Amino acid sequence: MAGGIKKFVVGAFDDEKVLFPAVKNVRKAGYKIHDVYTPFPIHGLDHAMGIRETSLHTAGFIYAITGTTTALGCISWILTKDWPLNIGGKPHFSLPAWIPITFELTVLFSAVGMVLTFCYLCQLSPFVKKHHFHPRATDDLFIMAIECTDKTNDAEVQNFLQNAGAKEINVQVAETGWWIGTYDKEQKLYADEKGY
Amino acid sequence: MNHNFELPGSYKKWTYGLIIAGVAAVLYGFIMYHPFTHPAHHGQDTDSTRFWAVLLQNSVYWLLVVNAAMFFLCVTTMAMGGWQIAFRRVTEAISSVVPILGVLNLVILMAIVWGGRTDIYHWLDPNVTNPASPSYDSILAGKSGFLNAKFFTIWSVLTVALWWLLGKKMRSMSLETDKAQMDYETGKKWIWKNTVWASLFTVFFGLTVASTIPWLWLMSIDAHWYSTMYSWYTFASTFVSGLSLMALYIIYLKNRGQLEYVTDEHLHDVGKFMFAFSVFWTYLWFSQYMLIWYSNQPEETKYFIERIGTVDKSGPFRGIFFFNLIINFICPLLILMKKSSKRNWTLMTFMAVLIIFGHWIDFYQMVMPGTLHEHAELMPFEFGVAALFIGLIMWGTGNYLSKHSLLAKNHPFLKESMIHHT
Repeated sequence: MAGGIKKFVVGAFDDEKVLFPAVKNVRKAGYKIHDVYTPFPIHGLDHAMGIRETSLHTAGFIYAITGTTTALGCISWILTKDWPLNIGGKPHFSLPAWIPITFELTVLFSAVGMVLTFCYLCQLSPFVKKHHFHPRATDDLFIMAIECTDKTNDAEVQNFLQNAGAKEINVQVAETGWWIGTYDKEQKLYADEKGY
Repeated sequence: MNHNFELPGSYKKWTYGLIIAGVAAVLYGFIMYHPFTHPAHHGQDTDSTRFWAVLLQNSVYWLLVVNAAMFFLCVTTMAMGGWQIAFRRVTEAISSVVPILGVLNLVILMAIVWGGRTDIYHWLDPNVTNPASPSYDSILAGKSGFLNAKFFTIWSVLTVALWWLLGKKMRSMSLETDKAQMDYETGKKWIWKNTVWASLFTVFFGLTVASTIPWLWLMSIDAHWYSTMYSWYTFASTFVSGLSLMALYIIYLKNRGQLEYVTDEHLHDVGKFMFAFSVFWTYLWFSQYMLIWYSNQPEETKYFIERIGTVDKSGPFRGIFFFNLIINFICPLLILMKKSSKRNWTLMTFMAVLIIFGHWIDFYQMVMPGTLHEHAELMPFEFGVAALFIGLIMWGTGNYLSKHSLLAKNHPFLKESMIHHT
């Protein structure tokens, strides 16, 4: 349990237009947003939260070239060294015929690799029970969870969220992280943002 | 902000410089290559063939490139796209060159067809369809319902005329919106009308660029051979070049302080299109190649043997053939893959120029092997003719850009374009 038990102040918003300034103000006030859960992807929310760009596509590229080399390596070794077959009189080393398989393995490796990496990054896996901050996060509310440290006064945070326009506010204790790696997303401090 | 663009002196200088260089090259060819003589024997006296083959390659390529801009406009309109409105006038400007290049292209095609240039189009020879003649060719006779001078002429003229007229309609509808602000209901009606005309253009584009026109103008050079991929391949080639041309103009105008609402986000999306259609082009290139390589039928492999050659004897176009694949596939794939490179204006300029040149080379290897065989050259004459067409494109595009507002300021979707981000 890498993350351990933590306390969160959770606020539920019902309007995107209220959510964006709230995210900005919460960060500006120096609180740490653990995450914002939304029923659908919201353009620009990641930038507003200061989460760094994902490296998932870099991982995807690496998986893809692994797939390419695996396919070309395997086929060329099998068809030229291990078990050469005469197929329609074509040379043993027949690159054009291998391109489709190479392409497919490239796609397969990158797709499967990226799905697994995505699951890892989101801490998803069979039999892992995730804490839900609010059941309506999958329906019609935007849920913002603010992480509390020893120094945080949670009454103050609740008050702050109230003023920011949250419809429902409560304090929850939850377990974060489930294996190696950190659960916490890398975030920029608001003070480091451009135009601060 | 003022959205009127005055052409800077350097632009005009380049435009006229390129046109003068191009006219000089064509005149040089006209005098030195005796374009109205006919080679007595196959492979001999190739100068006149070279003159027409180079003109054919360039006129078809550049015409399809500028026409691709109108296609882009129409498909994004049909998809109810809003993001392209901020630079929509740039695509309109490029497509406004279609009449100029179209007429030039028709003149060249008619001179080839009615001048009986059997060195370019072998099927023009009346003997191939005459069963009594010793050079009777049953394959070409079988195709003569489609490959004959009359049909070629009628369909080519109709094609260019409709590209022109439908494109003109799209442009004039866009310019009309500058006159007055539209309320919600008029805006809705305008969008509907615009979409209907855009779909008419797209359907006709499908009937021409995506099918018949490449068969007639280019594939019939190798009249015995055919490929079902050919038209798509030509389309992909010219569409990706058209997108690159758009990117170049967007970057140029942005550098001149114009196109206020175009941001990195818009360029990023144009870059994605360039990347995607480079890959799409490769997909067609490979599909065409692999099926023919795999089935290994002599009448099909002939096309590639003329280009790459065989294991024993390498063909005259081997270098260009693979160079083509490197600059049109490997470079865009590796360079344009990263997000940051699609947002880098310098790199995008470089890639756009590379892609336009790459597909020009692609057309070169589509036209030359069937006409000039091993006598093809890549000398100042070839580049000079290309300069003429580039100059004409710059001239026509510049005219449109300087005459009309660079922003379609009353377009109903303008706001969507202003706040666009990927």
